[in-house]
Amino acid sequence: MSGSLNRSNMHNIKSIFLVGLMCFATWAQAEADLDVATPAISALKNSMQARHAQLAAHYASGAVGLTKDGLIALRDITAVPLKDRQGINALVAAENDDRVALYKEIAAGNGHPEWRGEIQNTFSIRWIDKEPAGWYYESGSAWVKK
Amino acid sequence: MKKAVIAMVVTLGLSACVTINIYFPAAAAEKAADKIIDDIWRLKDAGPSPKKEEPAK
Repeated sequence: MSGSLNRSNMHNIKSIFLVGLMCFATWAQAEADLDVATPAISALKNSMQARHAQLAAHYASGAVGLTKDGLIALRDITAVPLKDRQGINALVAAENDDRVALYKEIAAGNGHPEWRGEIQNTFSIRWIDKEPAGWYYESGSAWVKK
Repeated sequence: MKKAVIAMVVTLGLSACVTINIYFPAAAAEKAADKIIDDIWRLKDAGPSPKKEEPAK
């Protein structure tokens, strides 16, 4: 009698242990890394990388700055060379479309579309943290030169 | 009685797992953001250049 009870107890303990282990494995995997190599994310990255060749000069001149919500904005049209003025709004809009899509894709690609806002928040901090000195970023309601 | 306790523990354990899984992985997100930003802005001299110039011996 007590032998069979022990055995069933052991079995239960084993089950609990296994469930715990599985949970931990899932959690560890979820926490370890976000997958940022999905085709959609790679495509967005390539598009932004290519556009950066055009944008870099505008960041440096202060024409375009990084907003506090992880996007970019035109802050001084007079700093844009005449030849680029016509296209600057479209350039900024295209970059922002890609950024919004990027945040969305990272969240969705990792099975949590509801993370989009938090991912955008994370990016907004990291963009500004990583931008070179001399570029502008939005702080409160003012532009600050880094 | 024992069964009830075990069932409770399992339920608690499972709900804890679910909670953890839904929780936003801030550190992982930061790491992912850094990697993507480095790539887009080409901050790290990325590119396949594993062969560092090794001084000829």
